[in-house]
Amino acid sequence: MAALMDSTLPTRRRPLGTLIGIAVIVAASVIGYFLFPNNLALLTRIIATMLLVLSIDLVTGYCGVATLGHAALFGAGAYGAGIVSAHFGITEPLTMTLIGAAAGALAGLVSGLVILRAHGLPQLVLSIAVVHLFHEVANKASGWTGGSDGLSGITTDALLGLFEFDLWGRTAYVYGIILLLIVFVLLRVLVQSPFGMLARGVREDPVRVAAMGASVHSVMLRMYVISGAVAGIGGALNAISTQVVGLDSLSFTMSAEALVMLVLGGTGSLYGAMVGTVSFMWFEDVVSAANPFHWLTIVGALLIVVVLFAPKGLYGAAAAFLSRRRGGGK
Amino acid sequence: MSLFEVKNLRKNFGGLAVTDNVSLSLAPGDRLALIGPNGAGKTTFVNLVTGHIKPDGGSIALAGEDVTGLKARQRVSRGLVRSFQVTRLFADMTPQEHVALAILQRDGKSTRMFGRHDAMRPVVEEVGEILNLLGLNELAHLKVREIAYGQQRLLEIALAMALRPKVLLLDEPAAGVPQAETARIERALDMLPPDLAVLMIEHDMDLVFRFAKRVMVLAAGTVIFDGSPQDVKQDVAVREAYLGSYANAGSVA
Repeated sequence: MAALMDSTLPTRRRPLGTLIGIAVIVAASVIGYFLFPNNLALLTRIIATMLLVLSIDLVTGYCGVATLGHAALFGAGAYGAGIVSAHFGITEPLTMTLIGAAAGALAGLVSGLVILRAHGLPQLVLSIAVVHLFHEVANKASGWTGGSDGLSGITTDALLGLFEFDLWGRTAYVYGIILLLIVFVLLRVLVQSPFGMLARGVREDPVRVAAMGASVHSVMLRMYVISGAVAGIGGALNAISTQVVGLDSLSFTMSAEALVMLVLGGTGSLYGAMVGTVSFMWFEDVVSAANPFHWLTIVGALLIVVVLFAPKGLYGAAAAFLSRRRGGGK
Repeated sequence: MSLFEVKNLRKNFGGLAVTDNVSLSLAPGDRLALIGPNGAGKTTFVNLVTGHIKPDGGSIALAGEDVTGLKARQRVSRGLVRSFQVTRLFADMTPQEHVALAILQRDGKSTRMFGRHDAMRPVVEEVGEILNLLGLNELAHLKVREIAYGQQRLLEIALAMALRPKVLLLDEPAAGVPQAETARIERALDMLPPDLAVLMIEHDMDLVFRFAKRVMVLAAGTVIFDGSPQDVKQDVAVREAYLGSYANAGSVA
């Protein structure tokens, strides 16, 4: 009887999980809007970074690929959207976003083909090499990218011809939220699909996946392309909202920080990626304002505490705690 | 024509012939046990046949097709499936997810990016049937890391069943299982489809004698015996190479 009940429960609970996720994102966005009306640019940057962290989660958390070069995909999206606007006069924001996604997916395919040839530590080193190469290409191709001065001259039409991207960043913020919601729902579908299950299998034991007759490499490469599209959307959002793209969006530093955010929140869960980004960037903002000289030390200390005492990350630890309590209540 | 045909398979590691002209053939419904003392080359043989290492010579054919040049996973999709000596499962996933993934993979649906396996009726029903058959129903929604090793061994067999192979290689299905639970493994093996050809590598002689209709003995990379389980006990060469060492050790398990 208990087994019967159990087999029907998870099917009902999970679509509810997506609805709860949407509700939480919307609620947090509204609260953010009213709490920091003068800081919407920061909030939009958090959303763009969140998309990057989500995209790392797809390859690291779901497929078990270690990468310190994921900003290459984010930067490709940012430059893709920025270049079509600054050089080709494509200033429609939805088109710019789609081009950013495509550029990110292409960068994902290229870096995936390189990175996935190795495993473990060599893989990590390859990912660093990839982001440095992307950085150097963007630096040298200054006619297209503005080089170290950054790409300027990005203009954007009104969203749907109705909402101008205003000085206060309201439109950019709302646009960011909508993009995040769309990506969140699509990724929920993805990670719960057979493909998502296969990807988790790859993370847990690639040998077993191969023994089932599936191609481990093709699973990881597909995920890399999807991940690139997500990171590319984040990059495009950054380009649209700030109207400038700098080399830092293709940097090793950004890759590493984004991975840190993921670990902080907890890998292998979309919520972990989002919680980690918000916590890290909010904490960074608060601490750097309170103590501009030692803020990095404090951020470092927080990370050590989390990694030592909550190795599953903030969200992972909270989820484990809740499920233990629920288990004890039965 | 036989279903599975291994001909003159050879493999050298640094001049040492680990697999030395091994041939065997299986027909549908065969239950063949491959035994041999430690270091006889059983594991190498499994790795050669499944495609994890390349042979230096010889050929492997499955249902008339030469699969010697195919990758391991391509052999799986053609119906040559193996189980592992040390359980290889997804620690954070449930038995239900394991079997569903195997079924979806078999049907070419494992890379679908929409829909959910537990909302696909035929998949859910087949998962239920297989888990029920092996008595794993109660554990369907527990994470594999939370279930006992003997049950994990049963799940390995469930996965092999779900892939509906033509030829199944069981690499020590009872390895690591407490004596008291080997009966459950045996019962699970009895439930394998009758027309499936099974090649079992096993140390547990009781299991071999009950399960196999034919026994091959491997020693130092060559086949020294091929015949019925009754005769293998009488064979002098085998006694010397294999059973003797066990008798001296005083234990069979």
